[in-house]
Amino acid sequence: MEIPYTVEARRDTGLFNAKVGIWLFLASEVMLFGALFSAYILLRVGALPGDWPHGLLNIPIGTFNTAVLISSSVTVVLGWAALQAGNFARYRKCQAITLLCALGFLGIKSYEYREKFGHYEVWLNQPITVKHAGKDVQTDRLLGHFTHNGSHPLFWKTETLAEKKVEAIKFSPDPIHYSMTAREMAHAKKEAHGQPHAEIEIKTADIRRLSAFVPGHGPYFAIYFTLTALHALHVLGGAIVIFYIWANTKMWKTEPERYINRVEVSGLFWHFVDLVWIFLFPVLYLL
Amino acid sequence: MDATTHAAHTHEAHEAHHEELGFWRKYIFSTDHKVIGIQYGFTALCFLMFGFLLMTMMRWSMAYPDKPIPMVGGLLEKILGADVASGGVMSPDLYNSFGAMHGTIMVFLAIVPLAFAAFGNYVVPLQIGAPDMAFPRINMVSYQAYFMGGVVMFFSFFAPGGAAKSGWTSYSPLATFADMAHRVDGQTLWLLGMVLLITSSLLGAVNFIATIIQLRAPGMTWMRLPFFVWAQFVTAFLLLLAFPPLEAAGVMQLMDNLLDTSFFLPSGLVVAGQPATISGGGSPLLWQHLFWFLGHPEVYVLILPAMGMVAEIIATNTRKPIWGYKSLVYSVLAIGFLSFIVWAHHMYLTGMGTKISTFFQTTTMIISIPSVIILTCLFLSLWGGSMRFNTAMLFALAFLPMFGIGGLTGLPLGLNFTDLHLHDTYYVIAHFHYVVAPGTIFALFAGIYHWYPKITGRFMSERLGKIHFWLSLIFMNLVFQPMFVQGMAGMIRRMYNGGATYAGTDTEVGLPADILKMNVNITHAAWALGLAQIPFIINFFWSIKKGKKASDNPWNSTTVEWQTPTPPPHGNFTKPIEVHRGPYEYSVPGHATDFTPQNEPEKSTKR
Repeated sequence: MEIPYTVEARRDTGLFNAKVGIWLFLASEVMLFGALFSAYILLRVGALPGDWPHGLLNIPIGTFNTAVLISSSVTVVLGWAALQAGNFARYRKCQAITLLCALGFLGIKSYEYREKFGHYEVWLNQPITVKHAGKDVQTDRLLGHFTHNGSHPLFWKTETLAEKKVEAIKFSPDPIHYSMTAREMAHAKKEAHGQPHAEIEIKTADIRRLSAFVPGHGPYFAIYFTLTALHALHVLGGAIVIFYIWANTKMWKTEPERYINRVEVSGLFWHFVDLVWIFLFPVLYLL
Repeated sequence: MDATTHAAHTHEAHEAHHEELGFWRKYIFSTDHKVIGIQYGFTALCFLMFGFLLMTMMRWSMAYPDKPIPMVGGLLEKILGADVASGGVMSPDLYNSFGAMHGTIMVFLAIVPLAFAAFGNYVVPLQIGAPDMAFPRINMVSYQAYFMGGVVMFFSFFAPGGAAKSGWTSYSPLATFADMAHRVDGQTLWLLGMVLLITSSLLGAVNFIATIIQLRAPGMTWMRLPFFVWAQFVTAFLLLLAFPPLEAAGVMQLMDNLLDTSFFLPSGLVVAGQPATISGGGSPLLWQHLFWFLGHPEVYVLILPAMGMVAEIIATNTRKPIWGYKSLVYSVLAIGFLSFIVWAHHMYLTGMGTKISTFFQTTTMIISIPSVIILTCLFLSLWGGSMRFNTAMLFALAFLPMFGIGGLTGLPLGLNFTDLHLHDTYYVIAHFHYVVAPGTIFALFAGIYHWYPKITGRFMSERLGKIHFWLSLIFMNLVFQPMFVQGMAGMIRRMYNGGATYAGTDTEVGLPADILKMNVNITHAAWALGLAQIPFIINFFWSIKKGKKASDNPWNSTTVEWQTPTPPPHGNFTKPIEVHRGPYEYSVPGHATDFTPQNEPEKSTKR
């Protein structure tokens, strides 16, 4: 028994089966990410004024990563076009670049993740005075890094201080806080540029809450990690499929048409993954 | 490729690869849509019974609170532990677990897999003249994901703290804090199980839609599709587009439970008298929106395949075309579209605002129009038919008024003003059970009696079937009819003692004694309903070997699934199928027989 239209297109629809399948699958993916984007909107709209973090992600790295992913979308199309023209060697080269870009993207993303896991916010019981943009500001919330036994700890939370019997931490606050406007942040960063990091000692007893930038930090990082991790899983899954097709080339000799279809379908998925990132980048990094 | 030669080609290919598959490939890891359909059907029927058994125990607790359950009480204590069933008495926690799991199992593991996956898998490719589904291996994976989801759900009863106990709707923050003692609890497993079930549904939905679009036999145009195929087509779209938001919500709730996020947890939440150690800033309403964005289309996932089956059975057994085929098709499409914009009528009581309530109230009233059109068409189809009252037809006929009651009693719930009184009472329970239990389940029974001869080559016993039908009809109504009264009297749902907490006394206003006494009557009726299924179970197994032999087209039907050998071979058709006419050409004047199969060529065409 053979399923019709696995290779050639059905005349009235003009499509082969897998192409119908992947478009339907992508429709459901739109709903999946759509739901998460809606969650983002609802959480952000519901946040208290000045309570929604912004300006905490590394925009140059994010921009570079966006470029990496867009390049991979270009090479995916070039590879498919080369294959249609019968140029198998060129297809192999193009898809190799696609795969390298995918790995590069994931590598850069994990570097970004690690940065966040060691970056902290501290909520104090009593407000203290710190210098923000050259001015003295009273605040009970500080962003920054700290060292413990000479290293930058990751994933610490309030309870960790008690568990490790830490009495005080040496905290070097960032010049910015997300309650500032974008303009104030830019100004504060400029002011702080080249200045030595001021370190302040904070007693554990004065700390109401301590959290790294992990999902549990608050709604922003919760949705940030959920969206980007889900997207990263899609990048990984797409890369595995593209690699599988790239490495198993026997079908190209026996059923070239079908092989091209497979490359096309995996390419469609790859473009979708790319498209999601094109929405994610401005929403999470820039807005 | 030319359509005719392609069909011929398929046929040859079938002849060429006539190898025998081993047991595992044939029955367990099968890619044949018929075997997968049977796998789905059997598993779903088992879960249907399991969900029913959970309910019988809950009914005991409602009728006779704090008394040991007879017969199974001791067993329950042994299996689930003395902390939830000490001395065989159902604890409130256990009642909550059973309630949540009864809903989850019935909706996601029993009815949808049976109505959509089992019947859809077996019947749809046959009805459109396809050799199999478009993606047979994805079809197999879809069943396996469903099965794994079922296993996870089943074993969640043995998780620390017991199975999920926050209702099948799993509202946050309750779902996150229902079991504070355990990090990984029944709720966690519930969410993991749901992710598997959703994955299964998505794969199935993609497969169904692709199959119906791509694999229709030559001549099977859209308006020649049997109504059942249309119903399944729309259902597949609902699953495809409505389920992903619940998957997203499930992931978010999982993170709330395991990674301390606060997607659905508001600031300043106090749990058990203590401020919760969470970041806060989340929104409990967000969960409800995402849940009901699936939840409401899911209602139509439950009912549309049932309507499709009833249409097929009515057309066959009235020996006349279904009335208003085009109206049925357009109505089902309208329902499919509208079902995405009615979800918040489940949330009138949340205080989301009068403007939003008004919007959803309006769309809810609009969606009742196509539903009424479908039911009216089916009723009118009976007019002037020469009816055969076999068991399948009896169940299909009973579906009409039963679904009618369920549908009409939904109107007061769709209107904001009346819903505020009826929300979360037994009225709601009675309403949706009328839609799903005597509604969809009757249609499913009708489908089983109707297609059984095609699947096994033998009829089910008519005598046992009729006993099964009449007893089920009587007891279904005895179970659910009093619940309307209880609900209107103000008895709320999810009470392990059936509302005894709010019983009225001489000095206090509360639930009257006669309302509470109905709990006992309902419980007895529910057990009787259980006993009424015994003839069905006997019939189901006995007829496989001992039933009366059936021909290829025992009901003299017109649709294509009956124009192939019984049971259909691997690849479905022994000769190329070409469709020449609409699906319901019964009693066409001037014809020798009272049915004209879809694949019968016009007389003038020479072949």
